[in-house]
Amino acid sequence: MLSYENIFDSLGLREWCDESQANSLMSLSQLRGDKIEWWELPFPSLDNLHKACSAIPQTRDLTASLETGFLAVRPSLRLVLDPLTQPLSWALDYTLLFFTTMPWWALVPLILLITQFVTKSSRITFLVAICFVFFLFIDHYTYAIQTLSIIFVCTVLCTLIGIPIGILMSKNDSAQRMITPVLDMLQTLPTFVYLIPLIFLFKITEPKLYGLAIMFYSIVPVIRLTNLGIRLVDKNLIEAADAYGMTARQRLVNVEIPLALPNIMAGVNQTIMMSLAMVVIASLVSAPGLGTLVLDGINNLRLGVGFVAGFGIVVLAVILDRISKTALARIDESRKI
Amino acid sequence: MKTTSPNVKISIRKLFKVFGEDPVNILPLLYDGIDKAELQKSSGHVLALNNINIDIFDGLITVIMGLSGSGKSTLVRHMNRLIEPTSGKILMDGNDIMDYGDYELRQLRQNRMSMVFQKFALMPHQTVLENTLMAPIVRGENLEKATENGLRWLKRVDLEGSEQAYPHQLSGGMQQRVGLARALTSNAEIMLMDEAFSALDPLIRTSMQDLLLQLQQDLHKTIIHITHDLDEALKLADHLVILKDGFVVQQGEPQHILLKPSDPYIEEFVSDINRARVLKIRSVMEEGSRRKVSHGSINANISLETLIAIAEGDTSRSYEVEDGGNTIGTISMQEVFQALVRYDIQHK
Repeated sequence: MLSYENIFDSLGLREWCDESQANSLMSLSQLRGDKIEWWELPFPSLDNLHKACSAIPQTRDLTASLETGFLAVRPSLRLVLDPLTQPLSWALDYTLLFFTTMPWWALVPLILLITQFVTKSSRITFLVAICFVFFLFIDHYTYAIQTLSIIFVCTVLCTLIGIPIGILMSKNDSAQRMITPVLDMLQTLPTFVYLIPLIFLFKITEPKLYGLAIMFYSIVPVIRLTNLGIRLVDKNLIEAADAYGMTARQRLVNVEIPLALPNIMAGVNQTIMMSLAMVVIASLVSAPGLGTLVLDGINNLRLGVGFVAGFGIVVLAVILDRISKTALARIDESRKI
Repeated sequence: MKTTSPNVKISIRKLFKVFGEDPVNILPLLYDGIDKAELQKSSGHVLALNNINIDIFDGLITVIMGLSGSGKSTLVRHMNRLIEPTSGKILMDGNDIMDYGDYELRQLRQNRMSMVFQKFALMPHQTVLENTLMAPIVRGENLEKATENGLRWLKRVDLEGSEQAYPHQLSGGMQQRVGLARALTSNAEIMLMDEAFSALDPLIRTSMQDLLLQLQQDLHKTIIHITHDLDEALKLADHLVILKDGFVVQQGEPQHILLKPSDPYIEEFVSDINRARVLKIRSVMEEGSRRKVSHGSINANISLETLIAIAEGDTSRSYEVEDGGNTIGTISMQEVFQALVRYDIQHK
């Protein structure tokens, strides 16, 4: 094809083009000097331009350069991120260790007690009891507890990190403008896509790898809803707080956070649900729990194994959702507005 | 009522407020006296307050009255700088609060001013008592002593027994009494009331007005009360300021405004008022006169309506007017009946 050669020739760039490849091979059509009709002209993409002028890189060079670039910054990036994220590994490791070494007859009643305490509903506690007996009975208890402990750590950390970010966004419009696209991206990027750089950064056996993958995905709702909740606080109440001379801190602690709490809790509920959704994908990068069984079911075509584990995840989702929603409803009830 | 001329507590001088993109550059136009509609048309800026000059007197109730959009709520929010003026001075005991920094402004709001809001603005997640203690809590005071004080004010506004209730469990009138108790517990010398009674139904509104007047008899606070209701304004005001489209149309003693409206707008405004109930003998009598009277003496502060009742509608009678034991003038029933005629009809 002689599609774009003429342009480079007429611009006098031929020499520059061939510089990089002194002995460039001529294609058959070039040798024949075929002329193509105008309607056959391809889009001037990198690959097509490369054919005409070898100094222009191909598309695969672009992706390759991204890769080499990433590999080049990787050691320095690791130097910063490794110690920064190490506590996450510890948290995940020790919580897993704690939950799995605790005997079932101690842990299950503890969970039931906590459930009763936050929901004040014996119906929910009963539902949770049934579910755990079910897990124990079909020997999925350890897997379920592993999944639960991962979600526990990730949710706590997401809440601790997400709420301050949400508050910052609600107080500062330019912070909101900058953070919102990042949140949009985290929510829409296919989860596998941000697994890739994480795999490059950390060893695949490190817990922080899946911890980060889960947190990137599930931190979004708690940030968004904290921001929204604080922005939605009645302007009349803010005015009253100001009229009585509250400092910004007093206003935040005494007025804004308490009134935004229903929204913040709704965000925490969503965060729990989303981290549960990530558990299966995280098992690709060595996260223990029910996800590994699902993965096993897919890899080895064991329908039963995958199906029961999948059902187990649904059961966990249902009880976590019920517990957090009932706790939320209790807050709403006591602060009816 | 008014005795010797009271001290000026707050005085507002040449206050302008313009809402819009570039209010500061609009100011020269305002000094030239551009009017609201013209300004909005030519530059898209909204003129909220136009050259306000008013004095708020110590220990009196100043009522700022105007229809919606007249700028009255904007004006009251300038006094504690919830809204910043475009230009002008707000002097409190002689100090311009526009010079205050964050800290001084907060001190001012915490210690010297309290506020009651149209929509109550009670914290829905706190009990009535916690709401009442807002000012002492913000100031970081000893809670035990503050609670005692708060309970005393709650009792004073007839809310004893509702201390542990949440605001949503109370009726509108009760909620606003919590708002009032909150303002009183702050113990501030100045009380800003932004249409505090407007959201209440008429009977409750009347009883709240009476409560405020009762409280004021003991407290002598400097109260700035905003309303769109002329009856309320005339009932409460020691000093009345009437706003229209962001400027002061007339200010002064309410009786004076009623008898001598300075402007057709105010004439129209006061035309529907029950003059017999609002006007006092003091404002209608012939001051200092020593005419012979047919009947005994009456108090200067009773209303014309009451006097007509005392005189049994007899137009031929006349009375001596006394105030604090001194005779200060005389009044004839003819004068009483003439004063009942609307200003615009009188001067046709």
